[in-house]
Amino acid sequence: MLKLDINGEIHEVDADPDTPLLWVIREWVGLTGTKYGCGIAECGACSVHIDGVVRRSCSIAAGSVTAAKIVTIEGLSADGLSHPVQAAWLQHEVPQCGYCQSGQIMAAAALLHEKPNPTEADVAQVISNICRCGTYQRIKAAIDTAAALTVASPANGKA
Amino acid sequence: MNHTIQLGRRSFLTSVAAVGGGLSLGWSIPKAAAQSANGAELGIWAVIQPDDTTIIRIARSEMGQGTLTGLAQLVADELDADWRFVKAEYVAPEVNLANKRAWGDMSTGGSRGIRASVDYVRKGGAVGRAMLIEAAAKQWGVPAGECSAAMSVITHKPTGKRLRYGEIAAEAAKLTPPTDVKVKTPAEWTLIGRGVKRLDTPDKLSGKTVFAIDVRLPNMLSAAIAQCPVFGGKLKSFDASKVSAMKGVQKVVQVDDSTVAVVADKWFLAKTALAALPIVWDEGPNATVNSKQIDELLKTGLDAKEAALGQRHGDIDAALAGAASKVEAVYGTQYQNHATLEPMNCTAKWDDGKIEIWVGSQNGDASLAAAAEAAGVRLDAVIVHKHHLGGGFGRRGQQDYVRQAVLIAKQIPGRPVQLIWSREEDMQHGFYRPITQCKLTAGLDAQGNVTGLHARISGQSILAYLAPQRMENGVDRVAFQGWTPEEFGYMAIPNLLIDHAVRNTHVPVGFWRGVNTNQNALYMECFIDEVAHAAKQDPLEFRRSLMTKNPKHLAVLNAVAERASWGTPLPKGVYRGIAQNGGFGSYTAAVAEVSVSTKGELKIHRIVCASDPGHVVNPDQVAGQIEGSFVFGLSSVLFSKITIDKGRVEQSNFNDNQVMRLADMPKVESVLVPSGGFWGGVGEPTIAVAGPAVLNAIFAATGKRIRALPLSPADLRAA
Repeated sequence: MLKLDINGEIHEVDADPDTPLLWVIREWVGLTGTKYGCGIAECGACSVHIDGVVRRSCSIAAGSVTAAKIVTIEGLSADGLSHPVQAAWLQHEVPQCGYCQSGQIMAAAALLHEKPNPTEADVAQVISNICRCGTYQRIKAAIDTAAALTVASPANGKA
Repeated sequence: MNHTIQLGRRSFLTSVAAVGGGLSLGWSIPKAAAQSANGAELGIWAVIQPDDTTIIRIARSEMGQGTLTGLAQLVADELDADWRFVKAEYVAPEVNLANKRAWGDMSTGGSRGIRASVDYVRKGGAVGRAMLIEAAAKQWGVPAGECSAAMSVITHKPTGKRLRYGEIAAEAAKLTPPTDVKVKTPAEWTLIGRGVKRLDTPDKLSGKTVFAIDVRLPNMLSAAIAQCPVFGGKLKSFDASKVSAMKGVQKVVQVDDSTVAVVADKWFLAKTALAALPIVWDEGPNATVNSKQIDELLKTGLDAKEAALGQRHGDIDAALAGAASKVEAVYGTQYQNHATLEPMNCTAKWDDGKIEIWVGSQNGDASLAAAAEAAGVRLDAVIVHKHHLGGGFGRRGQQDYVRQAVLIAKQIPGRPVQLIWSREEDMQHGFYRPITQCKLTAGLDAQGNVTGLHARISGQSILAYLAPQRMENGVDRVAFQGWTPEEFGYMAIPNLLIDHAVRNTHVPVGFWRGVNTNQNALYMECFIDEVAHAAKQDPLEFRRSLMTKNPKHLAVLNAVAERASWGTPLPKGVYRGIAQNGGFGSYTAAVAEVSVSTKGELKIHRIVCASDPGHVVNPDQVAGQIEGSFVFGLSSVLFSKITIDKGRVEQSNFNDNQVMRLADMPKVESVLVPSGGFWGGVGEPTIAVAGPAVLNAIFAATGKRIRALPLSPADLRAA
């Protein structure tokens, strides 16, 4: 049995320790907001926070993060909309199909946590998640807005 | 199936379990077009609840393009509903079927979501408003003509009496729907043309949207599949005993003659066991085919005598023979995969002779039919749960994954089975954008005027592969997208020939966002640039001179040139390129600004795009489609390709089939110039102009013409 702290709740699952965290989250724990896109850490649809750092959960063994605090999109904010990144995403109407957006939002939230005022180069370097609908322009704009919101309300920036 | 429905005789009222005792307004608006080969065009359905909640039913599929919101805007505008109360829900395909397809065509492709349903959905909204007004007038004992509706409230003007829609909807639903309603004029629109917020956004921010891959059902199993890597090959044998004891494995099943699946408690366990499953393939006669051979095959078409005619006018042979000078070039593109970020998947449950599926599909009707056929049951033994799509781009118009899920579920009765393709299966078993080459030849007179143009496509036909019954005497009309007389922007060229030497391969091809306008616009717009250069003319002025018979194209070209300040100085090292195209019922043009470093590194700084789709339903969403279409299109121009070796796809994932990422994203500016009077497509038309605009800017920067796409790994260092 593996013990995982996901969104502040302890989950005991009967997965093997080398099972990728993505599949434990989706299939053992049952949280489906974190997505499968490639399985090789290329696309970022599976992005989650592990001790505050964004990681691609498809390529992390669940057994290696039993001591960590894991946050998924479901745990980013209480109502699913009030994190500054989510609020900015809504304002800019970022999503199209939406499939990659959990990962994009988690990546952006972690970036802003580390760098509250990222430069354009920071954003281009850190946000490498794939969006096939091509929402990148709005992601950039929304990160700028979220940065402003985060500065205005720093307590919200932590996830 | 060609149902002829008599006008006004068959108004139906289907009951729904509306929450809170609200009643449904049902109507049908048959019209002459109902007799067309495309099937019946009928009304849709709104449900108004006592609290004014207005549920608008949607037959098309939401895959990111915003059609759910756009269609709801069309209905709600005519209904005079307050947008704050509007919600949308899908029409279930089996309900559509049982009502003789009253909600019309569910197919969502070809940028038709809005433009092909705009008439009947707006009439549907107008009928609802008329019924609400009539019911209110009746209750007040006043003439309906003295009442008006706005923001989900009916007002009796002389007395100032008011009724909310929620208060009168139950009475209104008892009335016979009128058949003679008029829709609003554009001047009367209140929601059409407004950038209202999408209805599906909040759930996409919180992870709550349930895509088909997120469906969780009691006792559900999961399946991972392997399909013969060589197209056309077969499954010879597999040794289930080697994996049957592995953790979670329930069953190893043959799906069809080229596919095997492992079914397990979890998908990860199914995939792990599949990787360990010994499989022997009969790779068949295609196992030696490679991309080089395919390129050679296509070359044979460039000068072949036999070719399918797209369009011609004048005498191209005489024009070219008598030309003072000629320009000739050969362009080529590779296969492209859709690579929707949500991999193909479908959940199916076979129980007591009935099949139930949960799916993201671009065509609910087709999914229902595919499930019935695979299960061997009548159409009315199928239930389809439609989910939002994690990307479509044309791929989810095909039903192969639905058929597979049903074939697996039939072997495990009573338990739902969720089939998920790995990304590798998705990359290697697509319906790829067809590979084509194009030879273009232009004749010029001594003054540099174009006297003749011949564009010869050589390459694969989508219809020959997917719908041979739609081939017309060997002609695939889809191959000429953007180049039909209605779409082609240079009809003033006095002698014109456009034709297609069909060269098919064993590689499956299909509809890929923008379809053949991608290749055709790239070929034509880069070539026109070459001809302008040969004629020593400015690319914009040269195009204008060829567009005297195409005022709509020209207006859009002028709009983009103006916004992009064509002809004005740019920062040092930055160069412009321009392109225009007609397609999917709309007109588009773009100006790209790029720089190329001394090391040959390309940077796209900015692209301005102008579009005339006739009417714009939601300008913010149209802008989003322009931005997104540029990413999808430019990925194929810059990096992405699918190549063939040993009969199979060489690429397997996003590591070896690169797509555009945020760091590659230029600033995109949208200029909407709707000229009114028609409804054009939005999701696809603009995709075609990004590539040629960028390539023409690269030529301006480097003097290099890139004619073999994708661009990577071409050397862009200055010659």
